[in-house]
Amino acid sequence: MSILIDNVSKHFVGFRALSHVSLEIPTGGLVALLGPSGCGKTTLLRIVAGLDRQDSGRILFDGDDMSRIHTRDRRVGFVFQHYALFRHMTVFDNVAFGLTVRPRRLRPGADEINAKVCELLTLVQLEGLAQRYPSQLSGGQRQRVALARALAVNPKVLLLDEPFGALDARVRKELRRWLRQLHDELHVTSIFVTHDQDEALEVADTVVVMNAGRIEQIGSPVEVCEAPATPFVREFLGEVSLPRAEAATLVRLPAKTPSPEVFGRAAP
Amino acid sequence: MKHRLPSTVSEPAPVRWTLIGIALAFVIITLVLPLALVLSQALAGGVREFWGALAEPDAQAALRLTLTAAAIAVPANLVFGVCAAWSIAKFEFKGKQLLLTLIDLPFAVSPVISGLIYVLLFGLQGWFGPWLAAHDIKIIFAVPGIVLATVFVTFPFIARELIPVMQEQGTDEEEAAATLGAGGWQTFVRVTLPNIKWALLYGVVLCNARAMGEFGAVSVVSGHIRGMTNTLPLHVEILYNEYNAVAAFSVASLLMLLAIVTLVLKTWIEGRAHRQVGAPVMETVR
Repeated sequence: MSILIDNVSKHFVGFRALSHVSLEIPTGGLVALLGPSGCGKTTLLRIVAGLDRQDSGRILFDGDDMSRIHTRDRRVGFVFQHYALFRHMTVFDNVAFGLTVRPRRLRPGADEINAKVCELLTLVQLEGLAQRYPSQLSGGQRQRVALARALAVNPKVLLLDEPFGALDARVRKELRRWLRQLHDELHVTSIFVTHDQDEALEVADTVVVMNAGRIEQIGSPVEVCEAPATPFVREFLGEVSLPRAEAATLVRLPAKTPSPEVFGRAAP
Repeated sequence: MKHRLPSTVSEPAPVRWTLIGIALAFVIITLVLPLALVLSQALAGGVREFWGALAEPDAQAALRLTLTAAAIAVPANLVFGVCAAWSIAKFEFKGKQLLLTLIDLPFAVSPVISGLIYVLLFGLQGWFGPWLAAHDIKIIFAVPGIVLATVFVTFPFIARELIPVMQEQGTDEEEAAATLGAGGWQTFVRVTLPNIKWALLYGVVLCNARAMGEFGAVSVVSGHIRGMTNTLPLHVEILYNEYNAVAAFSVASLLMLLAIVTLVLKTWIEGRAHRQVGAPVMETVR
């Protein structure tokens, strides 16, 4: 499923969140929306999901205008920064939710739901935890439940809003490698929002650098790093290096808030 | 608490015991003693007289009216409370602060004023009085007036209980449900309601207690017609004014029973809500 964001603008009271943003994401792409907080990246993601409405412009999925389609009919999987798991349901019921709310004639049988949930929990490596409640899980586990829940409805698009933002550095690094592998297996068109340069460069095929409601540059991790299109991109990415390029040959300056993890990482 | 505080932060024993003593004495004088008195007075004439006062037709009529008023006021405020809390907690709109303030109005004004508002609106000399009289609709000094006054006075309980809980929970879970294909009603029943159920039940219990015990507002609009527009609290007052102490205290003990049931329910709900995994801690309104 390809996504076309066509000239989208959005105002909130007193400030312009997005101005004339256009972006095309090919089927199976994994795109990072990267920028400082307040740059409009989350707003753009929420508009693609239908959780917010744009003031002008269109969102097209495979050429179909989604602007008037409700979130529940867009078939997007959305992973929230703070997981947004249903706190009164077990992990199993959380993952099964998208299947059990279907109209009766479209709802799979109990066995089928069971099998699907088990399959997904295996995929996110949480087989034994089906009967736990979200409050009994660690942050990384919760985020994987959220991902399994989003995948349960076979979404045509996967949207992740700062998916690792609330996790500690070690888990974050593990999970992002794992997300990359998962994407390579599933090939679901995915957009994820992050303010972490390393994360964007390591995980995404295409990095979209945003600032103040505009797109500054669209390019592969190599392109945005080696040929920054604007002074902003140069400054924003200047401090990081390509994770899979010859990291050793690049001068590594301290990141804004360097974590020991970042410094300690060995060049591959 | 099983663990005693370390002595460095604890007050000396005499201070502690004095404080506890004052609190205890206060509770006994203002709460326990009156309750004991109500019971002893009610049973002063023996159990037979006690039952007689309760079985008396006017007392029965008052009980029925009290139950009717509560049976209408509580569901009405349940629906209103959920709607108001939902819109305040989950949407941004102009006049939100005003709505919040208005919800508190019944707490702010004296119940007698609440009753008078209805008299001024629907009474014979009131705004709608002539029109109502022309159409032979009786509100003041009739059951509808009592129900209206009860609804007004108990208006804030459920909404006030829900708003902080819903605000704290935000809209993330509802949004997640929407992206998973759930409709509005499904989201409400399967996601929102389970998250607020204890706060909701708590609000209902408090609302019900107030609806059954309300005196001032109901007194103004009731007209005190025995067997017709007397609620239990009003009936108690009439009996007492007639120096029928045993009957008055017998009926009063019914209301006391309600209070005890309310307290037990409240404690039980709080216990359940705390035990439930991930459930938010509730706050009392007043």
